[in-house]
Amino acid sequence: MVRKRNEDVVVFTQNTTIEATESNQTAPRLLRELVAHLRQNRTPLREEWVRRITEAQLLTAMSKPEIFAEATSVYDSYVVALETGTFEALQNYARSLSERIIPRGVETHEVIGIVLLLRDVLARSLFAKYQGNFEELNRILDAYEPAANRIANTVAVGFVQERERIIRQQQEAIRELSTPVLPVRERLLILPIIGVMDPQRARQLTEQLLHGIRTNRAKVVVIDTTGVAAMDGTVANHLVLTVQASRLLGATVIVTGLSPEIAQTLVTIGVDLNKMNTAGDLQGGIEQAERLLGYKVIPIAEAS
Amino acid sequence: MAADEVRVAIKLGFSSGDITLIATAISELARNILSYARQGEILLRTVDGSNRTGILIVASDEGPGISDIRQALRDGFSTSGSLGMGLPGVRRLMDEFEITSEPMHGTTVKVKKWKQ
Amino acid sequence: MEVPILKQGSYLIATVQGALTDADLLELRAALLERVVRMRSQGVILDLTALDVMDSFASRTIREIADMIRLRGAATVIVGIQPEVAFAMVQLGLTLEEVTTALDLEEGLAYLNQKSKEARI
Repeated sequence: MVRKRNEDVVVFTQNTTIEATESNQTAPRLLRELVAHLRQNRTPLREEWVRRITEAQLLTAMSKPEIFAEATSVYDSYVVALETGTFEALQNYARSLSERIIPRGVETHEVIGIVLLLRDVLARSLFAKYQGNFEELNRILDAYEPAANRIANTVAVGFVQERERIIRQQQEAIRELSTPVLPVRERLLILPIIGVMDPQRARQLTEQLLHGIRTNRAKVVVIDTTGVAAMDGTVANHLVLTVQASRLLGATVIVTGLSPEIAQTLVTIGVDLNKMNTAGDLQGGIEQAERLLGYKVIPIAEAS
Repeated sequence: MAADEVRVAIKLGFSSGDITLIATAISELARNILSYARQGEILLRTVDGSNRTGILIVASDEGPGISDIRQALRDGFSTSGSLGMGLPGVRRLMDEFEITSEPMHGTTVKVKKWKQ
Repeated sequence: MEVPILKQGSYLIATVQGALTDADLLELRAALLERVVRMRSQGVILDLTALDVMDSFASRTIREIADMIRLRGAATVIVGIQPEVAFAMVQLGLTLEEVTTALDLEEGLAYLNQKSKEARI
């Protein structure tokens, strides 16, 4: 779906020139006339647009001067797009606009709403201007409508893409935050797992741990599951596979803080708990890890 | 060995971890065909789900077939290095697994992996 | 692709260079065994860093290599298994449980040195 949408966008952005809907020479003239009209009435049309935006209660997260400033930029880019038939500038503007307003909570329907409102406002002004000449009005609408639709599309798609990009970025960040691999001592990693484990997260965890073992040259890993209340069979099995895969990389895993429920699940799926290094809590796990690494921790008083 | 297949998977945008899983599954399916049917074929194709893309691997042979599929698929992830048919392993490597077999006429295994 | 075997002191180091056919694996098994005997090696390191797929046959052959070398009184360490390969292996149920593993060549050598030091005491 996403890829398809991207392809559509490519069609819009590659300096597409607006095709004349009728194969006569009047179209360029009509567009020029249209552009001149929009330039001439820039102030009242902008104001009308902003009034309609406020009335429709769109962009409520923004102040009135902010809306007016953005509306002016969109309006001018809009006219340029009509005049030159290229959408690149508008596309870039739509992207930077989205970057600015997405963090403030502006929703997709608001952005689509405002571009559609602009289309309406401009169409009405054309009605008013050409109401005496019906044929001319029809011709100018023929030139205006496809261009306006593409513009609306460009802005809306730009916004949605930006939003998707941000969401992907955030998902990535959350995923990485949720399973930190912590080097606490040379060759020792700690992996505290907190919250709900689903298969997706379990996979993520395995990937991060196995690469963490390589990059940190870890020999011992303590996986602490104190923060996990329960695991289903799939996830528990995944945990076992992770322990086995770590060993193939030369690292020993100690699992600590297994809740009675998780222990029950592990036994149910047939894990031989004798083959798994476990400790009651994180502290016990770290002590065990230190023994494996040949460390001995003693109070300073005793050492001196 | 499975270089061409892997290129298909890379083109689809699978992660390196998934590509390793896919390549291993293909290797294992090929091994199955070699040891039980001597010859057969493996086809690869991309598949489109409702909102995802994936790879479909079809391994078919005209060998002796499997009389007890349930037995062949019996899972034993705690018995290390079980060297039976490798089919339970392939099933775990992939997202979807389908097998049809007719004694004396051959076996077809279809597996799919979806892009994460 | 043939696997070069290097002699380093009392150890042998076999470094896999890329994908291995079944025939390559069997050849490696024969070559390693022959050399362990001829050179009276105390340890063997099998470096799999360059291997990107390990299936059941490869895994079984490696286990056999380790077992046979043990019967000659020497130790085997498998080093360099890539994270992706390790995960695919365990999903297939190939855990190489009886075989010693280490992160890389350096770690493998450290393990063998430690082991022979213990043996001397």
